[in-house]
Amino acid sequence: MNPLSRFAISTALILAWPVAHAAEGQKIFTQGGANPAAMACLGCHGPDAKGIAAAGFPRLAGLSAGYLNKQLQDFRSGSRKQPVMEPLAKALSAQEAKAVSEYLASLPSAPASDLRRQQIATDPVSRLALYGDWDRQIPGCVQCHGPGGSGVGEHFPPLAGQPAAYLVAQLNAWRDGSRSNDPNQLMVGVAKAMTDAEITAVAEFFAHPLAQEVKP
Amino acid sequence: MKPIIATLLLAMGSAQAATPIAMEDQSQLKVPGTQAAVQFAPPAESQIPDNAFGQMVREGHALFVDTRRLMPEAVGNGMNCSNCHLDQGRMAFSAPLWGAYPMYPAYRRKNDKVNTFAERIQGCFQFSMNGKPPAADSPQMTALSVYSYWLSTNAPTAVEAPGRGYPEVPQPKGGYDFKRGKQVYREQCAICHGDQGEGQQVAGEYVMPPLWGKDSYNWGAGMHRINTAASFIKYNMPLGKPGSLSDQQAWDVAAWINRHERPQDPRLLEGSVEKTRLKFHANDGVNLYGQKVDGMVIGQGTTR
Ligand code: HEC
Ligand code: HEC
Ligand code: HEC
Ligand code: HEC
Repeated sequence: MNPLSRFAISTALILAWPVAHAAEGQKIFTQGGANPAAMACLGCHGPDAKGIAAAGFPRLAGLSAGYLNKQLQDFRSGSRKQPVMEPLAKALSAQEAKAVSEYLASLPSAPASDLRRQQIATDPVSRLALYGDWDRQIPGCVQCHGPGGSGVGEHFPPLAGQPAAYLVAQLNAWRDGSRSNDPNQLMVGVAKAMTDAEITAVAEFFAHPLAQEVKP
Repeated sequence: MKPIIATLLLAMGSAQAATPIAMEDQSQLKVPGTQAAVQFAPPAESQIPDNAFGQMVREGHALFVDTRRLMPEAVGNGMNCSNCHLDQGRMAFSAPLWGAYPMYPAYRRKNDKVNTFAERIQGCFQFSMNGKPPAADSPQMTALSVYSYWLSTNAPTAVEAPGRGYPEVPQPKGGYDFKRGKQVYREQCAICHGDQGEGQQVAGEYVMPPLWGKDSYNWGAGMHRINTAASFIKYNMPLGKPGSLSDQQAWDVAAWINRHERPQDPRLLEGSVEKTRLKFHANDGVNLYGQKVDGMVIGQGTTR
């Protein structure tokens, strides 16, 4: 890049930052980053970034930019280990990671089911999801992940709309230590306290909420 | 700006003086500590009978965990009962309903009165929920009492159960420190409760409740006492990691939270924070109401 084009880019950034930024994010999503190892995201995360359930590739659309960018950093630093995403995240520049995160956050996603805590949960799976099991220091998933697993703010990602296989993989990653990037260790204790059967069942619960099944 | 706020406060004060105060004395319970093992276990949800009584249990439960949405006329902030009585009012050391119900009616020497269970709940509506308590014979109050009664199934009456209330956390020798409290807050609490104690919402409803400001508990609530907040925090927070803070950290962060403004004490006397302090706060545990901190008198209240 010659000095002139660098100057042109920075001027363009200052003048039309949001537009330029969004365009850059979209380009990384559809075509990949400057480094060829940073492959286009849509290939695995789906053309609308809603994930590919059959493959267990996660949804990225509508997740908070702060959370997405942090995950890309965590793949780079090794606090989240995964053979596909690790080299890919390393091939993205910090600037590219930020731009693509902001673009992904702006994409539409299906709203989470309006599953509220006022239901008395008699079956053990909804009980775990809504109220937790305090004998094992597990708060309800929705207390941190929001009603129906909608996600809350910057730090608590949605569980709704994620493939069940992906949710299971993450919970197991905390259990075996390959994922250790949760702020203040808020998630690791929860994952370690759960049984295999609970992990499978609760992943299904959020991946396929009843409210979505009865939709016409 | 100042005079307007003062007049508003006066106006609010006189308007609120008209609403009767359900349970004037909100002073702290003396409860057994954590040495005594918790023996009582409330019944499982699957044991709710399938009849009119069971229906009422379910209704009381719904009101307890989703109070603000289901009873907007009675709740004046962003809170639900279950925000301070964790695990749907079941958790030991989180002032569980099964620890409370069998202990009423209760005599309080302080104001020489007997308070019923309904009045105790009305107290939480008025102060913790900054609202207008439903009448003692209202369907909502009945449902909340039925839920509490059901949770207390097999509990002995008038016997203080280990696990009741929030166990006392003795005040550290060196007292408390706002600066350290602010640091604990930033490192361990802000991720959920927000940088400004404002809580976090999804679709207009709080998921993480606010800790100060207009949507929090008011200056008359038990939680405004630093000692009570320290007790709650030590045994219930950070969510999912109860017991992880030291006594000192619990006191420091409780003091930091309770040095921030929140809705006015509904018992406000003649619009005067000082008179209210003398009557209701001077002998009520450790609290900052009406005291000067960094040159400002605390307890001015927030306006909606
Ligand atoms: C070759 C397939 C593939 C490509 C291409 C790909 N990803 Fe991924 N991505 C994955 C897989 C698989 C996971 C799940 C990782 C795990 O199990 O920890 C993932 C996870 C993620 C996550 C974590 C999501 C969460 O909810 O925590 C982010 C963020 C992410 N990818 C961003 C990107 C971005 C940005 C791009 C494009 C620059 C991209 N990915 C391209 C396969 C891919
Ligand atoms: C005390 C708060 C808390 C509770 C309770 C909680 N989580 Fe989490 N969870 C988190 C945080 C924080 C993260 C994000 C970690 C990060 O930044 O990488 C997370 C992330 C996750 C992820 C990874 C999402 C992704 O996109 O990669 C899964 C899966 C998950 N949680 C499942 C659950 C389940 C199931 C429950 C209930 C059994 C639960 N969580 C309860 C705090 C919590
Ligand atoms: C802001 C926190 C908070 C909220 C919200 C709250 N409470 Fe309380 N509650 C307290 C505190 C503090 C006490 C007194 C504990 C003490 O004195 O040690 C208490 C005491 C009680 C007691 C008596 C406990 C006993 O063992 O005697 C009952 C019953 C009760 N609350 C019910 C409710 C109900 C019902 C609601 C919702 C309408 C509610 N609370 C909302 C904080 C709260
Ligand atoms: C993982 C998220 C999380 C963290 C971290 C956390 N809290 Fe909470 N806190 C909650 C939730 C959720 C509730 C409501 C509990 C419920 O409804 O079951 C709550 C309730 C409270 C309450 C009573 C309700 C109110 O709004 O007044 C206080 C006080 C409180 N927390 C203080 C703290 C303090 C102090 C810390 C740090 C030491 C902390 N919390 C850390 C999530 C959190």
